Amino acid sequence: MAIVGESGCGKSVTALSIMRLLGKNSRIDHGNIVLDGTNLLELNEKQMQEIRGNRISMIFQEPMTSLNPVFTIGYQMIEAIQLHTDQDKKQASASAIEMLKKVGLPRPERIMKDYPFALSGGMRQRVMIAMALACKPKVLIADEPTTALDVTVQAQIIRLMKELCAEVGTAIILITHDLGVVAEIADRVLVMYAGQVVEETDVFTLFDRPGHPYTQGLLRSVLHLDADKDARLVSIPGSVPTMYQSLKGCRFHNRCSYATEHCLSHPPTLEATQQGHWTRCWEVEAAASSERQSGGGVSS
Amino acid sequence: MLNYVIRRILIAIPVLFGVTIINFIIMRMAPGSPIDMLVSPKLPAAAIEAKKVELGLNSPVYVQYYHWLKNLVLHGDLGYSMITYESVTKMIWSHMGPTVLLMGTSLILGVAIAIPLGVLSATRQYSKLDYTAMTGSFLGISVPSFFLGLGLIYIFSLQLHWLPSSGMTVLGGSGGVVDVLRHMILPVIVLTASVAGRNVRYVRSSMLEIMGQEYLRTARAKGLREFLVVNRHAMRNALIPIVTVLGMEIPILFGGAVVIEQIFSWPGIGQLTLSSIMSRDYSTIMGLNLVAAFVVILANLLTDVLYALVDPRIKYSYQGAAKS
Repeated sequence: MAIVGESGCGKSVTALSIMRLLGKNSRIDHGNIVLDGTNLLELNEKQMQEIRGNRISMIFQEPMTSLNPVFTIGYQMIEAIQLHTDQDKKQASASAIEMLKKVGLPRPERIMKDYPFALSGGMRQRVMIAMALACKPKVLIADEPTTALDVTVQAQIIRLMKELCAEVGTAIILITHDLGVVAEIADRVLVMYAGQVVEETDVFTLFDRPGHPYTQGLLRSVLHLDADKDARLVSIPGSVPTMYQSLKGCRFHNRCSYATEHCLSHPPTLEATQQGHWTRCWEVEAAASSERQSGGGVSS
Repeated sequence: MLNYVIRRILIAIPVLFGVTIINFIIMRMAPGSPIDMLVSPKLPAAAIEAKKVELGLNSPVYVQYYHWLKNLVLHGDLGYSMITYESVTKMIWSHMGPTVLLMGTSLILGVAIAIPLGVLSATRQYSKLDYTAMTGSFLGISVPSFFLGLGLIYIFSLQLHWLPSSGMTVLGGSGGVVDVLRHMILPVIVLTASVAGRNVRYVRSSMLEIMGQEYLRTARAKGLREFLVVNRHAMRNALIPIVTVLGMEIPILFGGAVVIEQIFSWPGIGQLTLSSIMSRDYSTIMGLNLVAAFVVILANLLTDVLYALVDPRIKYSYQGAAKS
């Protein structure tokens, strides 16, 4: 599962909500977060701590600042393992080394004794993955795990996550704005805009027949190797509405070329247009037909 | 690390040397001399001259300094007081104990209050507790210690008769632990108030800066209890800047001793300093200056060593030491 969207459209907030790590200035107003039949919102803080790092793990965007600089890698890994298992220090240390080996770090015994400042960004992100998967969680939330890394390392990290999660049986929620990554890893895709899901579908439908005008815009903005070299890069005009602007009607209407009077005042709901394909738009038909005329979506 | 410490101690030697020279010169430039304190002006000039020769005050200043230094380096001897004829080393040692007891207790208590209170203030920013702690710290910093000391003496000694106002033991008493403790309470309160007041703010701001760091979110995402997130993961990082400030507390306390010990007639280094300055007791003043300079240098060294202990990113190398 991948969640895509522009900066500031609520991807990370969604992830932190699932972990219930939003901080003091926010709360979850309504809705449910269900994992294996348990509503996470009904758990108390202590039960939630049992879930975090154990059944749901999370990897963050910034590997450089996500590890505590004054503790060794080993200490931080062992701490995570011992929180959710009853292994003693020696066993936990052995499992930590095992995990570091699995994420492809050389000389894991040495790295256990290293402090984070001795490791590169890619290595630290591997440590984060090792730590997140150490307790074999049901779900791994990866919040833009590759944004801060070199392009060459990005591909390695994504492949690594995919392989390890398949091995352990962990579902990934990948938050990204890189549609290339989505195409490579995702089964289902959620497109978010201004705090709402605007489209949900499987990855093939998304790239072949995107329903929502926003999704279409996103796909059109992707650079292509075979494009004319003097072709202008397409972008969606305007920017995501800020929290100060009122959100009346469809949240995308001021940037949408299909917007009608109706869109200005009536917020659309998420409707199934096909089996397993939901779109939040009044003008799906118009958007879809014009998309077909302009030569279909983006073939990837 | 050991290399570094040895090197720092070696660097301290020329610093101490410079400090003693400057002290010696300033002291001799100040008006008055121990002679004025010792002899009656009615004595004949020849008798005063004889006394000067006896104390070695007739020779030029640099010769006097040379004698003083020779004695110190060759015999480890700080000489004799010009007023009481006691050994300076002995006097300093006997006054050191009470000062260390007073300062040590206040430093430990002050830190024991400042760190938990600062952490609580930071984790509950803008709460009632935070505002109370910050107001208290503001008072602790801004009320002068001599004023607080006199106020406490007025209330607890003069009005309530609960606690003794001065000294370290009851005169003619047995001088047991309880007796000393009772005498310690008031001066310790005064010193602790200023130590805690200064440091609560440092701890709070240092913690506030750390509380927004992403590695704390990682720690929470692992499922760690909030208590451990704050007291293990955040604290270890917040300690780094706090260590610097705490290292500076030692010289501050040492200097503050002069005022506090005077108010409470505490028989420590501060009292000795003041009385030896009053009587222009040159040799005792020199000895005390040397000790004070030594304490400052030692406190600095201690800070740097602690720094390396709390922050793994700092490792002192031989080259690095040459620069500092």
